[in-house]
Amino acid sequence: MATLAYRADKSLAKKSTLTHQYIAFGLMAAFFLIAPSFIYPVFLMKALCFALFACAFNLLIGYVGLLSFGHAAFLGSAGYVSAHTAKVWGFPPELAILTGTALAAALGLIIGALAIRRQGIYFAMITLALAQMIFFFALQAPFTGGEDGIQRVPRGTMFGVLDLTNDMVLYYVVLAIFLFGFLLIYRTIHSPFGQILKAIRENEPRAVSLGYNTDHYKLLAFVLSATLSGLAGATKAIVFQLASLTDVNWTMSGEVVLMTLLGGLGTVFGPVVGAFTIITMENYLAQFGAWVTVIQGVIFVFVVLAFRRGIVGELARFLKKPL
Amino acid sequence: MFELLGIPPQALFGQLLIGLINGAFYALLSLGLAIIFGLLNIINFTHGAQYMMGAFVAWMLLNYLGIGYWPALVIAPLLVGLTGVIIERTMLKHLYKLDHLYGLLLTFGLALIIEGVFRNYYGSSGQPYQIPPELTGGHNLGFMFLPNYRGWVVIASLIVCLATWFVIERTKLGSYLRAATENPTLVQAFGINVPRMITLTYGFGVALAALAGVMAAPIYQVSPQMGSSLIIVVFAVVVIGGMGSIMGSILTGFGLGVVEGLTKVFYPEASATVIFVIMALVLLVKPAGLFGRTA
Repeated sequence: MATLAYRADKSLAKKSTLTHQYIAFGLMAAFFLIAPSFIYPVFLMKALCFALFACAFNLLIGYVGLLSFGHAAFLGSAGYVSAHTAKVWGFPPELAILTGTALAAALGLIIGALAIRRQGIYFAMITLALAQMIFFFALQAPFTGGEDGIQRVPRGTMFGVLDLTNDMVLYYVVLAIFLFGFLLIYRTIHSPFGQILKAIRENEPRAVSLGYNTDHYKLLAFVLSATLSGLAGATKAIVFQLASLTDVNWTMSGEVVLMTLLGGLGTVFGPVVGAFTIITMENYLAQFGAWVTVIQGVIFVFVVLAFRRGIVGELARFLKKPL
Repeated sequence: MFELLGIPPQALFGQLLIGLINGAFYALLSLGLAIIFGLLNIINFTHGAQYMMGAFVAWMLLNYLGIGYWPALVIAPLLVGLTGVIIERTMLKHLYKLDHLYGLLLTFGLALIIEGVFRNYYGSSGQPYQIPPELTGGHNLGFMFLPNYRGWVVIASLIVCLATWFVIERTKLGSYLRAATENPTLVQAFGINVPRMITLTYGFGVALAALAGVMAAPIYQVSPQMGSSLIIVVFAVVVIGGMGSIMGSILTGFGLGVVEGLTKVFYPEASATVIFVIMALVLLVKPAGLFGRTA
């Protein structure tokens, strides 16, 4: 794990007064609170779900140094379970989301336990292959609806009082879920547990020699990341009333890598910025069909060759403060 | 006609043959991946797209220039290999000092670009490519019908694989390559141009993928997506075999193709996932892979 971009910014981490991160968080929260008055709420909800997904993914790549290329499996399968329980079993939305998230956690435990047996590039290939297995399962299983997916999922009434068919009510529910996930990740990376994760990222053998059971920590981080990805996927299924193969496909795993990379690996706010940038871009470019893939590829190549710190990483370097 | 475990022999051997053909492609592709990884320390995510390019170049040669299968078998890998050389010279070489993951991400981006461009011009549906006239028809072997072209694919890829193995493990050139894999700085100190060797190695690995693509063109349809699903399976093959040994890659590739073919006969529902399941089992029992060295 010698030279991922954030290593270069190690000096920043030492000046760790976190005040400016609180300010940045305050600005972000304030923006999201008033945003639906001038941006279409359904678009915002989509971006928030992907922002949570990217933050969860970033927990692994940015703070443990593990590149998972199979995170779509958690997003997608939680979406299926959430959609199925809400539509067929008549679960209220909060319970449907919880069930989907729980499934993602269980799946994360299994996939994580297998994948952490290898490091680096092998880890990426194993997560990709296992996620592809989940994709084929979703393609063949009777309850997922194959190519059609699960459509017309009822949004329902949350806790018996919040009518989610109203876009504005739903928006603030999604915002609350996003902020919960974001703060949980923030808390995790600034906790002693998070410090050990970073130690593993920097030098795993040394962490082992200090007596840490690194597999334990890696697995726990993986499960947490999978769970929050599942939370994002389960919420997304309720918002769009749809669970489909797109969300379990390997291209989705690539997309979350792109969001995080563009925003800034190992930065707190990077994945949110990256997710909003990519979702906005896709929104405007949707009419160009296959060119969207090409543009995504070009961004990948450009960021890897010349912009490895990402948007927020460069900003943090400019302000000389970790963001 | 006799029956084996309630399965008619035509079905059994037919699927075995398809398994061998898939296995041939797995072997060619994982061999290329292993050679590239050995020297460049990069997992070439573009490999699937380059396999697809091989098939497409063959198709274009035939449809635009009227150049047939046999010349294409040489021209397409050369052309695609050349694009590989350009990619290595202009992009990959800047990444060697960085974490290996960046190589994976860059080649992933390239794969998206290549596939996107082809999909934009040729759509998602496949283009047919005729079997060369010399290899149409087939032989009745008594227990099964063997189409000539399919037999040719299995034998040709086996020969290419073994030749690659021979060059790397038994010749002077191969010994340089193996030495550079172990310690590039020292090999360079002995006066060998390691950067050029790295470039040519990448080009060769890519050409192998393109060759597999040309051979696949008459069997599967030539479509922009033909590489992306294959490459994920090949990654699993690479994890199962481990990238430590050339012969290991070849054996694992063919072996898993056969296992997949047999699964199609006995439990078709699992045929798409059987390789991933085997990968999970191998990770539990021998995480370094069947032929891998613990790194």
